Amino acid sequence: MTKYVGQRVKRTEDPRLIKGLAHYVDDIGLPGTLHVAFVRSMYAHAKINGIDTTEAFKAPGVVAVYSGKDIATKVGPVPCAAALPDLKVPDYRVLATNKALFVGHPIAAIVATDKYAARDAVDLIFVDYEELPAVVDVEAAANGGTIIHESFGDNVAYKLTSGEGDIDAAMKAADKIVSQKMVHQRLAPIAMEPRGVLARYFPGEEELTVWSSTQIPHLLRTQLALMIGIPENKLRVITPEVGGGFGSKLNVYAEEALLGWISIQLGKPVKWIESRRENVQATIHGRAQVGTVEVGVKNDGAITGLRYNVVADLGAYHQLLTPAIPTLTGLMLSGAYKIPAIQMNVTGVFTNKMSTDAYRGAGRPEATYVVERVMDVIARELNLDPIEVRRKNFPKADEFPFHTATGLDYDSGDYDGALNKALDLSGYQSLREEQKKARDNGKLIGIGVSSYVEICALGPSQAMPAGGWESATVRIEPTGKVTVLTGASPHGQGQETSFAQIAADELGVDLNDVTVIHGDTGIVQYGIGTFGSRATAVGGTAVLIAIQKLKEKASKIAAHMMQCEASSLSFEDGCYTKKEAAAASVTGKSEPVVPVGEGPAGALNDVPTPTNGRHKLTIQEIALAAHVAKEIPPDTEPGLSATYFFEPKNFTFPFGTHVCVVEIDKETGETKIVKYVAVDDCGKVINPLLVDGQVHGGIVQAIGQALYEEVVYDEQGQLVTGELMDYALPKASQMPWFETDRTETPSPVNPLGVKGVGEAGTIGATPAVVNAVVDALSAYGVTHIDMPIRPEKIWKLIR
Amino acid sequence: MIPAEFNYARVSTLDEALTLLAQNEDAKILAGGHSLIPAMKFRLIQPPLLVDIGRIKDLSYIREEGGQIRVGAMTTHYQIEASDLLKEICPLLPECAGSIGDMQVRNKGTIGGSLAHSDPAGDWPAAILALNAELVAVSKNGERTIKAEDFFVDLLTTALEPGEILREIRINKPNGRTGHAYMKMHHPASGFAVVGIAANLSFNGNNKCKAANIGVTGVAAKAYRATGVESALTGVNLDDASIGAAAAHATDGADANGDLFASADYRRHLAEVYTKRAIAAAMKSVPSA
Ligand SMILES: Cc1cc2nc3c(=O)[nH]c(=O)nc-3n(C[C@H](O)[C@H](O)[C@H](O)COP(=O)(O)OP(=O)(O)OC[C@H]3O[C@@H](n4cnc5c(N)ncnc54)[C@H](O)[C@@H]3O)c2cc1C
Repeated sequence: MTKYVGQRVKRTEDPRLIKGLAHYVDDIGLPGTLHVAFVRSMYAHAKINGIDTTEAFKAPGVVAVYSGKDIATKVGPVPCAAALPDLKVPDYRVLATNKALFVGHPIAAIVATDKYAARDAVDLIFVDYEELPAVVDVEAAANGGTIIHESFGDNVAYKLTSGEGDIDAAMKAADKIVSQKMVHQRLAPIAMEPRGVLARYFPGEEELTVWSSTQIPHLLRTQLALMIGIPENKLRVITPEVGGGFGSKLNVYAEEALLGWISIQLGKPVKWIESRRENVQATIHGRAQVGTVEVGVKNDGAITGLRYNVVADLGAYHQLLTPAIPTLTGLMLSGAYKIPAIQMNVTGVFTNKMSTDAYRGAGRPEATYVVERVMDVIARELNLDPIEVRRKNFPKADEFPFHTATGLDYDSGDYDGALNKALDLSGYQSLREEQKKARDNGKLIGIGVSSYVEICALGPSQAMPAGGWESATVRIEPTGKVTVLTGASPHGQGQETSFAQIAADELGVDLNDVTVIHGDTGIVQYGIGTFGSRATAVGGTAVLIAIQKLKEKASKIAAHMMQCEASSLSFEDGCYTKKEAAAASVTGKSEPVVPVGEGPAGALNDVPTPTNGRHKLTIQEIALAAHVAKEIPPDTEPGLSATYFFEPKNFTFPFGTHVCVVEIDKETGETKIVKYVAVDDCGKVINPLLVDGQVHGGIVQAIGQALYEEVVYDEQGQLVTGELMDYALPKASQMPWFETDRTETPSPVNPLGVKGVGEAGTIGATPAVVNAVVDALSAYGVTHIDMPIRPEKIWKLIR
Repeated sequence: MIPAEFNYARVSTLDEALTLLAQNEDAKILAGGHSLIPAMKFRLIQPPLLVDIGRIKDLSYIREEGGQIRVGAMTTHYQIEASDLLKEICPLLPECAGSIGDMQVRNKGTIGGSLAHSDPAGDWPAAILALNAELVAVSKNGERTIKAEDFFVDLLTTALEPGEILREIRINKPNGRTGHAYMKMHHPASGFAVVGIAANLSFNGNNKCKAANIGVTGVAAKAYRATGVESALTGVNLDDASIGAAAAHATDGADANGDLFASADYRRHLAEVYTKRAIAAAMKSVPSA
């Protein structure tokens, strides 16, 4: 049955990407398209006393100029879907009206006949700014000072306490309280393709089509319909090729609504392609938490309770999920451990910066970092091996489903298994010996371990702001080709391949006969989208169940055509066979099989009929019969397609252990990763090649956070790292070889047994790297270093 | 990112280029475009005219002539990196070239453009200083030769006059027992030099240093010769102690830059460490007698 599932099938997406034949938003050209450029705030915090657009209007090619006041009441605010008690939600207009609240805040939009004229006119708009003190330091902002949204009275957007168990009692029961302050620096997702929007309004049909580089075409359609005020069934959102998102395109942006609205005003297509500078300024950022973790421990390393007090830097406004991201941190604070009582106290704070939101991992990397970092701090304090502290607190494989004091039920796991495999693979014991020898020779080697658990397959609708299910429609066309329509919206993950693998196996057809279509609300049934490592676990399951539904119908038609009961048919290799016929065929009686695609012209007439005594029919023949509809059972709908909306009952919880070995240059403080081993368990694997790719990419971004990346705003709120010349994205040449392996613990949550792997690397790897660096520097009494670990930080600690 | 409007002229002779430059005070020469175009896209500069010298014949070459190595200004980083001749007679040049940016940058960027641009973190200035190169500039008034140490004037400023084109780089062919090395800490984002040290040493017998030329980039507003290091090395038997003592002078008199990645203090420290390493590596590269 599994000819494809489990195999390293090469991505069917790749040839078009490699050959440069794929179509991104900017590759779509419509006649008469106008181009939009934005005037963006050069200040972090300023009153806008006036905007002079007269010169811009006169410039050649300029068709229209819009400022905040023009459209304040005409386009609805940028939405926030997160619902938290007493959450303060600022009115986030698509263009700034009275005040600019972050560098890059859009203030005016210029529409011109080409993108050059639009850009030139940006320099002709004069904004009368009155600069205000910028709110930059998040801890200070939590406690007073300049207020960003005056009507709120302070900069605190919300305070929330979460967790279960008696935390005070748990701390009292401890032999020792270990505590550590940690900074999770602000990161920029930097998808390879920046955002881009093309909007086209047909005034006659009153239809608006919006092409956008997004991860959530349907949710975007709903939100844009509300913002722009167009009926949702007159709005079509298409996501052509999307060059990565990492969460940054799991959002609804001002520009998306504006372009749609402008197209309606002008009756012409309008396009905007984000520049990299705009991308760093005005596409969401991630992480940005400052917190202190306190852990109660017994002398043997057993944890009695964990408390995390954290301030989250939300930026100036709420984007779609901004305030909800830190709550995901709260959910994952139990890590891979049995912790009887957990409490998180989070304060979400406004600052004069771009909003933070979901960036690869979205709140979970922060939790894993807190837990995995503090495990090492505990080991140090108690003079135990970091591995032993972890083992001591793991739930055993037979303790699943396992309830955490953060309110989750971990589906399945064998944390010891993954840890042991990673230790074996890395040769942990001999690494420790080598480390000792190296130290004796004056070399600084460090070994870091991280045993993570993450939460995937988001998620049950109960736990999600806008639905946690996913949809699929599977059709077999009259010619036997299979079309899969998924509500997920892959943008680099490879589901065109992996969903085709699932479908091809389940239908017994050739992989090349399956096409997976996604990202077009005009074609695909409503869906949720791709984020939170959900597409395969939720969307793939929808595909599987839709196929099972389709096959129920196909078997009825097959039974009718072969004049038998459906129960007397078997299905294998794409064929329905009468069971007694299968036995007979052993004796050598052959069956006429019509090869798909090789039939003569007009093959539509060659539908097998009940009278010609066949004992075996291919699913393609049945598809044809179902469409021609002459020989189907009387109570049966013509056609062969099925749709399924899958609602998962729980999240899934992948896990694993990463081991990182670093060598530090004593003179310069430079860190070199000399060995990296990752053992991940993401449940059943559909395509190991795709899993490896996700793990590799995730580790790279995790190393980026550990060693290189940081979005830096200076005291005036100016973005210091506004370009890739300053923002240190990790590069291939800086990466070590990754040794990856897996354990496979199926998830009971879905019939595929899959969990999810899109974010595992980013979640698991960061603490492994930092733990390794701290381990290397332990001889200097170093117990913690904040990220990114630039060489100068190390140099200052050890010189 | 879109530059302001500009005119573009593709010339086929140096003369044509010089004429256009003489007529348009604010015109800019376009070589590989890998410093110029980014600056235009950020609208840091808005030249009205670009004079593309990429099609002028015989501006891109590497040859030996009159005991000198001559490199045409339009020679790309990659051509230098891949030159068998240079690997043989002046390995510092290919070594330095190989440390610049990535493959795409090295395929487009030119040594002449890099020197004329004089980025404070550019790699070529260090090597050119260490090799005591001469730079040949042409203008309507004829040709003149500028010594490397006089060429780098200030931040992004060279001794080239308006209307002048850098045509050629000349380097005396190293002879006797010499050793070279270029050691660089790459900025993790830009790939440019946080510090870059080019060492060009010549030796009598054994480890006795006859002459030392040390070029330093990345540290200050412009690249410079570390004369303090050079004199501390000259005439001295090189060992760990003498190298360390000499390297301590790497930033003498330099006003070190500080930025997000490296403070001025740290940069000075790095310059010292990398100087030490460059000297050691240069010693190692001396062919055994
Ligand atoms: C991503 C990236 C990474 C890079 N990394 C590095 C690095 O690691 N190290 C490094 O050193 N550099 C690096 N660079 C810069 C690169 O080496 C440039 O190519 C070089 O600095 C400029 O050379 P060019 O031929 O591109 O000159 P251009 O950009 O065309 O010109 C630069 C300036 O010099 C002037 N000019 C050019 N040629 C002449 C001439 N013959 N006579 C007079 N004036 C002239 C131009 O008018 C212009 O003002 C990088 C660039 C990029 C884009």
